Amino acid sequence: MEMQVVQRARENFLAGRSRPLEFRVQQLKSLQRMITDRQGEIATALKQDINRSQYDTPLLELIGLENEISLAVSKLAQWAAPRPVEKSLLTISDQVYIQPEPLGVVLIIGAWNYPWALTLQPLVGAIAAGNAAVVKPSELSEYSASLLKALLPRYLDQELYPVVCGGVSETQELLRQRFDHIFYTGNSTVGKLVMEAAARHLTPVTLELGGKSPCYIDKDVDLRVACRRITWGKFVNCGQTCIAPDYILCEPSIQNRVVEGIRQTLLEFYGPDPKSSPDYGRIINQRHFNHVMALLDGYTAALGGQSDSSQRYIAPTVVKDVPPHARLMQEEIFGPLLPIVTVSDIDDAIHFISEREKPLAIYVFSSNKKVIKRMLAETTSGGVTVNDVMMHYTLNSLPFGGVGQSGTGRYHGKHSFDQFSHHRACLVKSLGMERVNMPRYPPQNHQKARRVRLAMRTPLVDFSKGTYIWAVTASIVALGLLVTLTVILILAAGVSCTCW
Amino acid sequence: MNTPLDSCVLNALRATFRSGVTFPEQFRMTQLQNLLYLVEENEQLIQDALHKDLHKPKFESVLSEIQITLNDLYFAMENLRTWMQPEYNIGKNLATRMDDCFIRREPLGVVLIIGAWNYPLHLILLPLVAAIAAGNCAILKPSEICQATEQLLAELIPKYLSQDCYAVLCGGAEDTKSLLKNKFDHIFYTGSQVVARSILLAAAPHLTPVTLELGGKSPCFIYGHIDIQKAAKRLCWSKFFNTGQSCVAPDYVLCTAQTRDALLPALRETLRTFYGPDPGASLDMGRIVTPHHWRRLMDMLEKSKGKVVIGGESREEDRYIAPTVLVDVQESDALMQEEIFGPILPILTIESLEEGIDYINRQEKPLALYVFSDETSVVTTVLNNTSSGGFCGNDGIVHMALPGLPFGGVGASGMGSYHGRWGFETFSHRRGCMNRSWLLERVNVLRYPPYSDYNLGWLRWATTFKKNSWGGCSVM
Repeated sequence: MEMQVVQRARENFLAGRSRPLEFRVQQLKSLQRMITDRQGEIATALKQDINRSQYDTPLLELIGLENEISLAVSKLAQWAAPRPVEKSLLTISDQVYIQPEPLGVVLIIGAWNYPWALTLQPLVGAIAAGNAAVVKPSELSEYSASLLKALLPRYLDQELYPVVCGGVSETQELLRQRFDHIFYTGNSTVGKLVMEAAARHLTPVTLELGGKSPCYIDKDVDLRVACRRITWGKFVNCGQTCIAPDYILCEPSIQNRVVEGIRQTLLEFYGPDPKSSPDYGRIINQRHFNHVMALLDGYTAALGGQSDSSQRYIAPTVVKDVPPHARLMQEEIFGPLLPIVTVSDIDDAIHFISEREKPLAIYVFSSNKKVIKRMLAETTSGGVTVNDVMMHYTLNSLPFGGVGQSGTGRYHGKHSFDQFSHHRACLVKSLGMERVNMPRYPPQNHQKARRVRLAMRTPLVDFSKGTYIWAVTASIVALGLLVTLTVILILAAGVSCTCW
Repeated sequence: MNTPLDSCVLNALRATFRSGVTFPEQFRMTQLQNLLYLVEENEQLIQDALHKDLHKPKFESVLSEIQITLNDLYFAMENLRTWMQPEYNIGKNLATRMDDCFIRREPLGVVLIIGAWNYPLHLILLPLVAAIAAGNCAILKPSEICQATEQLLAELIPKYLSQDCYAVLCGGAEDTKSLLKNKFDHIFYTGSQVVARSILLAAAPHLTPVTLELGGKSPCFIYGHIDIQKAAKRLCWSKFFNTGQSCVAPDYVLCTAQTRDALLPALRETLRTFYGPDPGASLDMGRIVTPHHWRRLMDMLEKSKGKVVIGGESREEDRYIAPTVLVDVQESDALMQEEIFGPILPILTIESLEEGIDYINRQEKPLALYVFSDETSVVTTVLNNTSSGGFCGNDGIVHMALPGLPFGGVGASGMGSYHGRWGFETFSHRRGCMNRSWLLERVNVLRYPPYSDYNLGWLRWATTFKKNSWGGCSVM
């Protein structure tokens, strides 16, 4: 079945149906309509999947998606146009440009924590770039997956953008097919399997994975604001966000104030009993609930720690003085547990972070520019937000993606379009100027070789700024000299003329 | 070469990278400058090695190995500072107007560069230029097929470049396999599809990103109104350069019977002008790299059902094959099943441009595609209806010499690109950074629980993408 779906998508792509810009725009606008018209149903599905609050849905998934679509619709003509490239003296009369082109049939594998945003945002990029796309939503968010399967064919072209639902075996079957690009969001274990499957067909991949995103709090910082921002980012979607601050690094002297700041914020956000707050989520399924609870084994919570297995509820939980070797610190938590690891200073914090795998995000709270500069310069990560959490995700002119174990490739905004395009280098010459070409042909001799070498030297091959400035300056000087000479000649003529 | 040695070298490079010594602009510039000296001061040695390995004429060594490397170095050194600057000119929106938003380019770590045998110098040094410019450490694995060049690189690189940061490891296929068991932060491979698959499989468990510069059968249309003499010259030059052993050499020609009849005498005349009556005696004609490749090409030629109309001579003792042209070659011919990579040019006859385009689209996406035509509509039609790594109209190969154009494949011809700034980007991580202001916390409040319709309404209004703004923001 999967093979036929892919085959049909390929036939439709090869027929050129997904390429015209008008078609792409029309499909994107239709996707926009789907989100607007069906918001209620989407919110219901998310409530059933993950107890998502009705406000979190537009906030965390739909507004961002709508913005991506509007941006793509507005900028598509510009993105898809040939991009001129710096010319050289040798190519001055040629056309030299990069033409973005669709790749073909792409596979998009979504995730369960933000099933709409993480499945449809890549789709926006794929459609905008002119591809066909097979969409495989995560089976763990089953209500959203079924709803997507029912809705998408009603708004988008069914042949070009089919939805395939199913579990592990359906995904494996899909991965046996040949795609021109695979876009996967999820964990690194499956990421490796996706890459292996792609290797067989030499298919490029984008992997949006995760990791432990550290959050360093400097001691001289407005803790009230910092704790509020961190608390928001950590406990939204019940901690099940790939860029949630995974753990806090701070000096021992401020640890208790940090805990107090979080406690106060939790009270403001969810009241004294988060379980009864309509704004607090649940863990996706029993398996993940058990996994997260196991991480807490042997540790006493400084805040929270309560749970209710029947509802898959885990209270917002903070654990102090967590040792680096604790199980809590060995893998991405992906839940509402927030360990605090104490470090002696910024050096210690940087060292701690650099010893570990490159995370998807790093957060640093500081009023000290030097601290911020050092954290940026001496660590690496997919992205960074300073003095807040997660917000770099929301600006679609910033590339969003991981590095090392946290992923490969990037998307959002124009980056999505570029990720799903092939940038074809184009040089269109004329058959004129053949005299210039003559020195390159055999039979060879010293003079020809010298001439070719000269012609290839960078200032001629590379029409760089320096050469340009030199050329403009020289022209101005030459013009100036010419004007001066003309004035002198006129004056001289005037002096020798007797009519004065 | 054995695994413990690779790991030692790799660990040492990793420790160096962690120390941050490769990050400063001055360091990178010094290394690039030293690489420049390496090439400039050893030109004769390089030419000798290339001649020994590939019988490469001096002219080709200078043009396609030495000068192209020097150019890329000049270009990188001139632009390094610009490339290293954080990119601030990105769209912001209402919500982030007070924030500092920028993209940093950061080094990846320790990268592995595997070279190829057809251009054994530039195919390993151009990626090295990019890796150095981007602030990485690198292990070079030159092709073992070109032993003289391999040894020269192994000797010269440690002499000119920092031994703590860049290492050359030599060896054969087994050694490369064991090298690949280690974790790298990026692998850059130039070569064949078969090996590329095993490299991707080796990279997957480490989630290592890979750039693959592969090949394929690069088609060449000669169609419509065209000055056949000039076209023949440029075609012959690009086809027989390096004895056809270029990943972007025009692999085969597609033209009508009429064009073919005009083309053949032009090709004959051009070849005579280039190489004289006996190309085997010309100093400007190269040789096939190994007996194995010579045999491979001779097999293809023997099995071909096409008619040899030019050339066809060969000599096993010095691995010589004359510039050879065949006509009446069909799709099923032995010469049309795999990349030729030799001085053999099949001509396929087509009745129409569409037929040619259909044929190309039935094959894997090639690394390059060529069209010789005076008619803009012909060039445009081919461009719009095909895909390839790169494209050149009315010439061959030269598009890869422009540092402003990305050089790379698509589909079976490869993934990723390099040359000039593209190489720098390949070996960098683009890190999105947002430095939020402490102000506007009253505005941030809109996003916090307890949620309400009122807050959501304001947020929605503030964050909805406005048509003429630069970017969008989903959550304040």
